[in-house]
Amino acid sequence: MRHILIVGATSAIAEQCARIWVKEASVELTLVGRDQVKIEGLRADLLARSPLSRITTQILDFQNPIAITELAKRVTEDGDLDIVLIAHGDLPSQAACEEDLALVASTLSVNGISPSLFAEAFAEQFAIVNHGTIAIIGSVASDRGRRSNYVYGAAKALLAHYAAGLQHRFAGTDVKIVLIKPGPTATPMTASLQQKGQRLARVDRVAAAIVNAIDAGTPVLYTPSLWRLIMFVIRNLPQGIFNKLRV
Amino acid sequence: MVKVTSWGRLDHADHNVRPLNNIQAVSLALREGAPGIAYGMGRSYGDVCLNPGGTLWTTTGLDHFIKFDDKSGSLICEAGVLLRDIQQLAVPRGWSLPVTPGTQLITVGGAIANDVHGKSHHVNGTFGDHVRSLTLIRTDGSQIVCGPDLRADWFAATVGGIGLTGLITQAEIQLRRIPGPWIETQTVPFSNLDEFFAISNESDSHWENSVSWLDCVSSGGGRGLFMRGNPVAVEAKKIRHRIALPIPLVPPFSLVNKLSLRAFNSAYFQINRRRTEKAVTHYEPFLYPLDNVQDWNRMYGPRGFFQYQSVVPRENGRDVTAAMLHEIAGSGQGSFLAVLKTFGERIPVGMLSFPRPGVTFALDFPNRGMETLHLLDRLDAIVGEAGGRIYLAKDARMSRELFETGYPRIHEFLDYRDPGMSSAMSRRLLGN
Repeated sequence: MRHILIVGATSAIAEQCARIWVKEASVELTLVGRDQVKIEGLRADLLARSPLSRITTQILDFQNPIAITELAKRVTEDGDLDIVLIAHGDLPSQAACEEDLALVASTLSVNGISPSLFAEAFAEQFAIVNHGTIAIIGSVASDRGRRSNYVYGAAKALLAHYAAGLQHRFAGTDVKIVLIKPGPTATPMTASLQQKGQRLARVDRVAAAIVNAIDAGTPVLYTPSLWRLIMFVIRNLPQGIFNKLRV
Repeated sequence: MVKVTSWGRLDHADHNVRPLNNIQAVSLALREGAPGIAYGMGRSYGDVCLNPGGTLWTTTGLDHFIKFDDKSGSLICEAGVLLRDIQQLAVPRGWSLPVTPGTQLITVGGAIANDVHGKSHHVNGTFGDHVRSLTLIRTDGSQIVCGPDLRADWFAATVGGIGLTGLITQAEIQLRRIPGPWIETQTVPFSNLDEFFAISNESDSHWENSVSWLDCVSSGGGRGLFMRGNPVAVEAKKIRHRIALPIPLVPPFSLVNKLSLRAFNSAYFQINRRRTEKAVTHYEPFLYPLDNVQDWNRMYGPRGFFQYQSVVPRENGRDVTAAMLHEIAGSGQGSFLAVLKTFGERIPVGMLSFPRPGVTFALDFPNRGMETLHLLDRLDAIVGEAGGRIYLAKDARMSRELFETGYPRIHEFLDYRDPGMSSAMSRRLLGN
């Protein structure tokens, strides 16, 4: 059985990925989260779908480097961990951030530092056995700082740089790093965008693209793929034109 | 605010949409958002799931299975789980939902709140007959667990209770053993209503599924195709994966019109009437033929369409159906999908459940404004006269009077109403 560990397992995208994995075949899943009740609910759901899968849960402080290191060591002890999906994140409103520096700090930490710590901790372990894929959910928001979401975007840009660095470090080895950049997706995190009537990508489709990219070891995945083009244009707009856009 | 419509696409009003994603947070969301109504897949046709200008709690985020016991066939799940997801989980393990409507793209909560029925009604009754318990959360934050043997009055009010007794968060459903995903089917043409009833009487005890398509455009009316099917054990066959045909945009006018109706009805009858030999088919195309056309409701154009489904007592069934066909023919407005079925004798559990022993007739009409509404009023008169009723899940316009005569247990039901639950339909038919 493949062994997959998911950090932030109750996030909507991660949950859909887990459903695809248990549907494909029985797997060993380690679900890491913060909310005991939610994560047990997820475990029950996945077990109903796949009674032969082995599913365990872990509650963890996502900001604690020692706890993260210990988790990575413990789970990789048997040497059979194949995939780590780092999926947690939080999208506060940009306006709220601008009024509250503490919220800026927590947004940078939750979306940038914490997932980087997980990536580093598991990279250390995968390096020893020269095996494993680390998939990290970033965001198209990381591609250029924009007024509408630069606090979240900056945190995701940190993560994107971290992933790029890991890819460089592990080039030519059997450790793969996959950075995923979803466009706005219909999840609880984007509830305020949905309330404004914005059209969002379907989470099951985004998850299917992620699962494929992990299997293929794709270095950077934009999903839906149209976002690769959109962000190419946004990245390359001259500052003068960019400044006039309300994006 | 977000524009939301139902499957009939008659109205696109702004709603305050509040997604429910976490079963623990439902109570708080109800207290904060009330008054409002639950909205699942939006597959009911009229205004039962709409609340213009007010709150809609969307339930598709409550989509977790809680427990499936494949020895007993008992399934516990959250109310936003789709019937499709249940079938995909259960069928490979030898179980199936005993009752599903013509689409599997609906939520468990919606199936209970509308007490839906399907082609197996004469054998298996309604969806509510297979619900062993459900959890209801009221807008005052209280929780009620009920079932056929547990607070049975609450259960009877909630099954078929069109979402007005509270929000259903989870349910336990008893699935039924099946030999596999295959169904043996047979199509029997009939040339008039008498033949239909003869075939129907003969089929009811031998065939678990039956439904008829009726050509309501041809002169005289009453010819059609009786389709019946039974689960069957056969060697594993290759399942042909169907490619869902999309209708990517709303055409500027209804593609269902006089010309296309006549051509379609005639061709459909002629092509299928010769296919009378038995065939084995996968359960999906047999039970859910239209799920293969994404957004098929768009083909009625920007003004949407009315669905109309009635049931009348068996003894009047033939004459009432004939009178309705006569009225439709006279109006020059045909129906693309005219569906006829005899219901079984089982009395449904819900106070406001639609099925009753008798003959049910379902029709759809492109919305042509007053002309269509007048036709539906004339059909109402025929149905009301015969002591029948109209299906709430499909209705957008019946009168309060017809509702009250058709649903005599409404006064009993009102004691269980959640005052924080309100929909366009509740205001239209109950006054608030």
